[in-house]
Amino acid sequence: MLKKKILISGNEAIAEGAIQAGCSFYAGYPITPQNELIAYMAKHMPKTNGVFIQAESELAAISMVYGASAAGARSMTSSSSPGISLKQEGISYIAGAQLPAVIVNIMRGGPGLGNIAPAQSDYFQATRGGGHGDYHLIVLAPGSVQEAYDLTQTSFDLADKYRIPVEILGDGILGQMMEPIELSSAKIKAVTAKPWALCGCVERKPNIVKSFFLREGALEEANLRLQKQYEMIKKKEALFEGLFLDDAKVVIVAYGTMARIAKSVINQLRSSGEKIGLIRPITLWPFPEAAFKFGNKKRKYLVVEMSYGQMFEDVKLVVNGRQEIEFLGRSGGGVPSEKEIINRIKKI
Amino acid sequence: MEKIFTRPEVLYDLPTHYCPGCGHGIAHRLIAEVVDELGIREKVIGIAPVGCAVVAYDYWNFDCSEAAHGRALAVATAIKRVHPQNIVFTYQGDGDLAAIGTNETIHAANRGENLTVIFINNAVYGMTGGQMAPTTLLGQKTSTSIEGREKEKHGYPLKISEMLALLPGVCFIQRVSIHNPQEVLKTKQAIKQAFGNQINNLGFSLVEILSPCPTYWGRSPKESLDWIRDVMQKEFPLGRIK
Repeated sequence: MLKKKILISGNEAIAEGAIQAGCSFYAGYPITPQNELIAYMAKHMPKTNGVFIQAESELAAISMVYGASAAGARSMTSSSSPGISLKQEGISYIAGAQLPAVIVNIMRGGPGLGNIAPAQSDYFQATRGGGHGDYHLIVLAPGSVQEAYDLTQTSFDLADKYRIPVEILGDGILGQMMEPIELSSAKIKAVTAKPWALCGCVERKPNIVKSFFLREGALEEANLRLQKQYEMIKKKEALFEGLFLDDAKVVIVAYGTMARIAKSVINQLRSSGEKIGLIRPITLWPFPEAAFKFGNKKRKYLVVEMSYGQMFEDVKLVVNGRQEIEFLGRSGGGVPSEKEIINRIKKI
Repeated sequence: MEKIFTRPEVLYDLPTHYCPGCGHGIAHRLIAEVVDELGIREKVIGIAPVGCAVVAYDYWNFDCSEAAHGRALAVATAIKRVHPQNIVFTYQGDGDLAAIGTNETIHAANRGENLTVIFINNAVYGMTGGQMAPTTLLGQKTSTSIEGREKEKHGYPLKISEMLALLPGVCFIQRVSIHNPQEVLKTKQAIKQAFGNQINNLGFSLVEILSPCPTYWGRSPKESLDWIRDVMQKEFPLGRIK
């Protein structure tokens, strides 16, 4: 029997994935192009006895997520680039207090108010922590509506497993685009007990949620605990999709919406016999370094982004001069077309 | 012999880090007494501020969370919504509640969140070294209003409690002081009522406490208490506001 599919936008798929994952608290603030997500949560959270709050600001929304996570709930907020900049204060506190949380960024053009066109120019902000302090988020970059639904569920599991904020990094195209997806037939997840959470100190010592460590050496110890976690995450959680990595002479490196365009380019070129491959990082942090271990010295990489070369820097760090790397990128609403990519490959 | 006055059970037996003559110690203790008397230790979740009371959780024997500067009421809103059966309160200074967190304060109050707010008004930023606060009095000298607060340059002392009283979601607001034992007892009654309101699901309750900061007022502890009595409470009149 065919499994039932529904037609849904990326924004709605993330919202539905969150509910399926047992998200019981959502706080958000309107901003384009992620408004379908907040509207979906407003409509559907009450059906599962979840809490939906339209916050007074992005600062308040992320602090509400901090509070809900501290109280033990699976919690999420969503926004788009300028709003994510505002949330950086709370994200830093969430990382410092070792709280799980899911943050969705449906990227639009910047800097400043920018525009509402799709972009991938928040890569640095997402993969380098974004706020103050030495910290990371796990960053997941879905490439389809189905994957947006699936990875949202993964993101809650990862957040709880490592007590870390997880960011789902999509762009305006992914958020708005509708595709048929298969919904999980499992029951909504029951959240595992969190002995560190705040719920009143019944038959235990008080729990304190904080990121403030004043005693000499205490903050360094707290930072080293985080670093140890990050090393473990780097070893265990990196994800990528590889296509034709056994024989490709030129490998396109692209994520999210850009990888879909790259796939279409690869199909066209391979049908005419050209050996083109793809690395699509699914986790942007940790960056999937293992994907770059294939191929001889003559292999060339072409990094394609809706930015002026942000992931490009990670590829350079990983390849470390062993092979040549080229870059093609547009930003501020420009999306590299199939034709532009093909023309660029022909020059390599 | 029967002991009739003792340390509250939920207050750890520790010396505080506060300056001599500071009001935070009294406010911490009053909250502890109320939590004991209402028998709610196992239900209480406190939100400590950024400011001098940032480590308030070091003194209270119940669950607590830190919040970013100004965000205590957003954090408290979420905790209370997740655990409606718990008793959630914030402890905030004037800079926290009435400057950087004005937005969070007004909207939590306007949503009528069933929360208790203990608002310490000492008319100055203490932790950072005595800068002008939203509640600094006209003429009051601080490190950022060197000649004294001037209305032309700095605006007026912000009466956030009176502003909040306009909101239909707010249940109870009282301004109290701890400048003498009689007022300390009234302060305790107000705190008890603000917690009691939450227990009875009545909505947003706030107690504003005029509290001395001898260090940054440049006065002795005794002079500071007199200053509240003679000067500060003229600008911030005591009593039930709502």
